[in-house]
Amino acid sequence: MTPEIGHFAIILALCVAIAQAFFSIAGATRGNVSWMAVSRPSAYVLFLLTAFGFCCLVVSFLTNDFSVINVASNSNSQLPWPYRLAASWGSHEGSLLLWVLMLSGWMAAVARFSKGVPNDMLSLILGVMAVVAIGFYSFLLLTSNPFDRLLPPAMDGRDLNPLLQDPGMVIHPPMLYMGYVGFSVVFAFAIAALISGRLDTTWARWSRPWTTIAWAFLTVGIALGSWWAYYELGWGGWWFWDPVENASFMPWLCGTALMHSLLVTEKRGSFKIWTVLLAIITFSLSLLGTFLVRSGVLTSVHAFATDPERGVFILGFLVFVVGSSLLLFAWRAPKVGLGGKFSLVSRESALLANNVLLVVAAASVLLGTLYPLFLDALGLGKISVGPPYFDAVFIPIMAPAMFLMGIGPIARWKKSSVPEIAVRLKWAFVVALISALLIPFVMGDWSILVSFGLLMAAWIALAGLVNLYTRLKQMSSGQGRTFLGSFLAIPNAYYGMLFAHWGVAVFIVGVTLVNGYEVEKDVKMALGNTVTIGEYTIRLDALKDLKGPNYTGVEGSMAILVDGKEVDRMFPQKRLYTVQQMPMTEAAIDTGFTRDLYISLGEPLNDGSWVVRVYLKPFVDWIWGGAFLMALGGVLAVSDRRYRRASQDEGDRAEKTASS
Amino acid sequence: MKPRYKRLILVVVALALLTLGATFVLKAFRSNLVFFYTPTEVLAGQVPDGQAFRIGGMVQEGSVGRKEDGVTVRFEVTDTIENVPVQFIGILPDLFQEGKGVVAQGRINAEGIFLADQVLAKHDENYMPPEAAEALERARKIKMDKQ
Repeated sequence: MTPEIGHFAIILALCVAIAQAFFSIAGATRGNVSWMAVSRPSAYVLFLLTAFGFCCLVVSFLTNDFSVINVASNSNSQLPWPYRLAASWGSHEGSLLLWVLMLSGWMAAVARFSKGVPNDMLSLILGVMAVVAIGFYSFLLLTSNPFDRLLPPAMDGRDLNPLLQDPGMVIHPPMLYMGYVGFSVVFAFAIAALISGRLDTTWARWSRPWTTIAWAFLTVGIALGSWWAYYELGWGGWWFWDPVENASFMPWLCGTALMHSLLVTEKRGSFKIWTVLLAIITFSLSLLGTFLVRSGVLTSVHAFATDPERGVFILGFLVFVVGSSLLLFAWRAPKVGLGGKFSLVSRESALLANNVLLVVAAASVLLGTLYPLFLDALGLGKISVGPPYFDAVFIPIMAPAMFLMGIGPIARWKKSSVPEIAVRLKWAFVVALISALLIPFVMGDWSILVSFGLLMAAWIALAGLVNLYTRLKQMSSGQGRTFLGSFLAIPNAYYGMLFAHWGVAVFIVGVTLVNGYEVEKDVKMALGNTVTIGEYTIRLDALKDLKGPNYTGVEGSMAILVDGKEVDRMFPQKRLYTVQQMPMTEAAIDTGFTRDLYISLGEPLNDGSWVVRVYLKPFVDWIWGGAFLMALGGVLAVSDRRYRRASQDEGDRAEKTASS
Repeated sequence: MKPRYKRLILVVVALALLTLGATFVLKAFRSNLVFFYTPTEVLAGQVPDGQAFRIGGMVQEGSVGRKEDGVTVRFEVTDTIENVPVQFIGILPDLFQEGKGVVAQGRINAEGIFLADQVLAKHDENYMPPEAAEALERARKIKMDKQ
């Protein structure tokens, strides 16, 4: 019964979304207050129904109901329960249900936390989100029903793909989807602003926290995915420029640009049209990502052409959303008007340049991702665009953006001067330059790329410090506060900016040093053999058989020696997941602040020895540490008092005008 | 200077920079494209000399062997018509098996051996790498034409 009840709940949710879209949008455009009153409660109902449906699917997975196709193909009675839970969103159908759950969750959040937004605007926003929801609920019900039954039921399930049986994979998809889907909020804000013509600084202030928090989720989601690839795929890479990765990276790049452009729109009233366009682009790229990953077009263009139902649906929906919003944009944007003027040297200019660079970067990723698909679809041959292209394009585009990250926050709004900026940042630059030239010698050999990467990282970090110091000094001398008092008085949004930028610096350090100094060795090892990497000597002491809940395998016992003394022991595994007969490498990783030691078992040879791969990866964890720091910056920025106070004030004002 | 000229200069500079950027991106794009060939096409000499490319097909049953050092692997890629010998140094992906689909990226050396610097892993056993499927498909068409 449970799957049928869940299915029914989702059908009801679709009906609610249709009613909500109609009453919210029609009510807002006609000024019908009682119609508009529908939008808020229906967002809650939509969320509750979807959450209920999702729980039904989870119950089917947890209770091993193999009469449901989805459960039978993605789970197994031997599978430990946390992975049975994760299997609910591990399949295509389940992940779409997660998508709509997230969407309805964001809608409920908008309904709950937008007290200051006027009623008609809120109705429009929720109405636009409901239209997006209609698309995805219909997609789910028509092409990818997660509750479909299997008759007769299977005796046991075909198990979850072993690669997904991992704690990182349990939380990676929800985080990523929170980000993807979260951009629908700012998209809805943009469309509502275009329809109502209310595109001003208040609008930007309402949209900013939603954008920032969605961006923070997306950042964490991408970082988790990268980290998972690093330890689970067994060959130590952290980013492959794979189309699936690019699909999440493009919205991230545009979302980053959008956050900065919203800042200008709020503070200075400029960039309004550009901000709206970016909001549309960012969400469109999220939809494109969903299309790429969910339509099967990446697996094979031909398979997609023979079973096109799913792909065509999302593609059609994508065209509808992008087309109608761009049409609306072309029609309404010219009426928006221009914002405040600014001179060539100003914070606005720096942010504009940052926006252009980020969008160009996203466009070059788009080119490298879609071009092979187009060629293949047109039958013009099969090509692939590998990491060399992305590396060659990405570093030169991002380098000026990194440089501007030091300058932008220090430049004044409206009009700044080059000498003033130079005076304030000269020491930061000198110190960054010296450390960038010297540190590579400490690490080993000097190379231009390493030095350049370190220069950028040190520059961003030091410029941030200078910025903080100047601000503290101004506050303590100008407002008579103590130094500590000024520390506490600085708003969270400012710290958010600093942390996010420092996160970028930390990330660059990680990428630079791991690319510059990583050591890799593939060796043949028999019992008692040793291999030396850096200061570590690794000795294979024993091999023993392994028996897990749903796999068997071999575990190596490795002694880690420094100067002949044993300092640690590591246990890399080779598993064979019994149901799918799929081998898996489970690398042993010794994580450290300045380096990771990474050992994975390759394959057994006829004489009983093993091919073993060992890596020494300096500063690799800084890559993900930097990403988490960026996300933390986003959370800090959203927690700023200003947003809560502002929304309260406006709420009070709105109530007053309503009562008078 | 009049504001109009100032704006004009700004627009010209921005356009110049954008053109420069686009040229540079497209140049990098063109020089890093990796083309795909089937074993039949490789042996027919369709690959330009010294160019890196991708080859796809099935791993020939019984062809996998190792050199003394244990980490140099040799195997043959077949599209059911022709076989190309491949040499790879390192650890093969978990799902590499005889009789299964495989894709490798690298160059052909003077002896006609494909030196792979990458052998591609796929995430799922049910699913054939697209290039491998394509190689078999092209071979099937050639056979049909001959009949």
